[in-house]
Amino acid sequence: MSDQFPILIVLAPLFGAVIIGLVGSRDHRVCMPVVLVALFTSLSAVIGTLTQVLETGPVDYFVGGWEPGKMAPGIHGPVEIAKGFGIQLRVDTLNGFLLLAIAIVSIFVSIFSIRRVNQKAASKTPQFYTLYLLLCVGLFGMTITGDAFNLFVLVEVTSLTSYALIAMGSKRRGTMAAFNYILMGTVGASFYLLGVGYLYLQTGSLNMAHIQEVLAANDFEIGRSKPVMVAFILIMVGIWIKMAFFPLYGWLPNAYSYCPSTSSCILAPLMTKISVYIMIRVMLSVFGWEWIFVDHVGWSDAVVILAVIAILAGSTLALAQRELKKMLCYLIVAEVGYMVGGAWLGDPERWGMSGAAYHILADAFMTLCLFLCAGIFAKKANATRIEHLSGMFKKMPLTMTGFVVGALAMIGIPPTCGFFSKFYLIRGGIEGGHWEFVIALIISSLVNVVLFFRIFEIAFFGAKPAEGHDHAHHDDEKDDHSTNDELTLLEREAPLRSLIPLFGTTAIIILLGVYNGQIVEWIRLTIKP
Amino acid sequence: MLEFIQDNIQPYFNYWVYVILMMIGLWATIAKNNLIKKLIGMSIFQTAIILFYVSVGVKGEGSKIPIVNPYTEAKSAEVVGADQHGEHGAKGGGEKYIVEPDNYANPLPHVLMLTAIVVGVATLGVALAVVQMLFKEFGTLEEDEILAQIKNADSASPDV
Repeated sequence: MSDQFPILIVLAPLFGAVIIGLVGSRDHRVCMPVVLVALFTSLSAVIGTLTQVLETGPVDYFVGGWEPGKMAPGIHGPVEIAKGFGIQLRVDTLNGFLLLAIAIVSIFVSIFSIRRVNQKAASKTPQFYTLYLLLCVGLFGMTITGDAFNLFVLVEVTSLTSYALIAMGSKRRGTMAAFNYILMGTVGASFYLLGVGYLYLQTGSLNMAHIQEVLAANDFEIGRSKPVMVAFILIMVGIWIKMAFFPLYGWLPNAYSYCPSTSSCILAPLMTKISVYIMIRVMLSVFGWEWIFVDHVGWSDAVVILAVIAILAGSTLALAQRELKKMLCYLIVAEVGYMVGGAWLGDPERWGMSGAAYHILADAFMTLCLFLCAGIFAKKANATRIEHLSGMFKKMPLTMTGFVVGALAMIGIPPTCGFFSKFYLIRGGIEGGHWEFVIALIISSLVNVVLFFRIFEIAFFGAKPAEGHDHAHHDDEKDDHSTNDELTLLEREAPLRSLIPLFGTTAIIILLGVYNGQIVEWIRLTIKP
Repeated sequence: MLEFIQDNIQPYFNYWVYVILMMIGLWATIAKNNLIKKLIGMSIFQTAIILFYVSVGVKGEGSKIPIVNPYTEAKSAEVVGADQHGEHGAKGGGEKYIVEPDNYANPLPHVLMLTAIVVGVATLGVALAVVQMLFKEFGTLEEDEILAQIKNADSASPDV
């Protein structure tokens, strides 16, 4: 049984999606239990696989038993299966933790989504959960797969479901944003596919490990050819579009800020981060770090400079936003800059790439925490803009506590994971001699201080009365909710189904910070050559 | 000029066409104002990549579809003991076919493209559904008109 865990991670949500698609439309109450059973099955399979990985090293799984070296029936009797056949799933310490993060985030968001989905269209509940589980299939699959073409298919599974989730039940601007995202996402995925085509042309294989073997053979005889270089550039551009790296980030802010809050809660923490993981995976496991950092030294410098611009631009644009969700979206752009810059700092022996890998985990939970809060504020207090948050510490102290933890992690205050990931990234920047990256990280942290303390101030002391129109308007709207003093704390505060995921996330943010040394040590087992 | 064409364009004709098609598609995706035209551009872009992959599978003159024909194509050489591989080699009466890979087109890129075509159809379907939603909301498919409507709505009520 336990040797089937890797495929079970992906299959459990897939079967769940099929069941909901078939049965859900008859009875909506089926949806939630099926979602939870599927995701908890995945979670336990992830935990099972991860313990195997930590005990005995990377776990390989060959779908359908197409394992190289095994005998398969041929026309003239058994034939030995050559390398590169079949789809390989591979779990090591780098993606094992990411799988765990995906499972936890998706369970939290599914709890958060109870009674939220069907505000606008009650009949769409089963469709929403089908898409939700398919999105989880795609995310798990992207993380676990060891096959370059399979990765493309799973990227498209994820993207297609996310287009639908963004367009579903969103406002006018959300639909337009979803359309732009479809165009950008498709172009990105197509570039990736083209890059894989060039790699296949040169190596004759689609299996990541086998491609690397062929590229590195005879002192990079094939690796130094021009098509491989073209392939690398195409794959990188494709992935950068998917992760909204600086010049290609145009689709992200609108798509994530105008979609329903349950959709943004699952998409914002995971989509961009998994794309960053794919970039690291392609750099390490397909091309190999020697190829990138020794053969093409100039590239890494250029990418780090792009990352610096991404960090500064994301932070500056975030500072200009008055809408909470949009501000968070621009922060994601800056965070993507952190991770890409960190990954390109050079030699994995240094701390940059490990810092980036750890930051993927940290950032997933930080972003989840803040987006959960934004969702709660929007639903419970009808507060989507920063001014609307005035007096929030009094009205919803528990939610605000969660928000403070998320914000402190984003700024980088010691007990939270945000501090340690920044610490590793800065250490990597100093080791690599990229002082501009170090300075950009520090500036971005300062901007985050300004951003979040502005919100704390408004939430604690109330907004300035200058924007009278907004304020009056706002009071009218939330009259029935929270301005009435006679409401008890419990009635004013968000319901338990929102608070459980929120506090679960805050606990993980702090735990990730406390145990950072051990986790980074494990991640480095895979990253160090 | 003729030499240039013979040396650089003729042997790589498929690849030139795929690059040109891809650029047409990319240009339409970015520059066209009508949303349906953008989608057509997107489809051309995806199809160009399919052309690239199919071209990769070609192996020069004489390569055929990858189905081994025991009667015409394969050379029969060494006779294998029928007892050893009885059930598998039964068809040819114990003869072993030496399949010459150069005689057959590479089937793998074609198979990959089957998947890519399915993905392309699904993307187009979702995109058309979204376009339909947009048309219901805005009553137009011209991008500038939609953006103008969004802008007007913004200035009317900045809170939304």
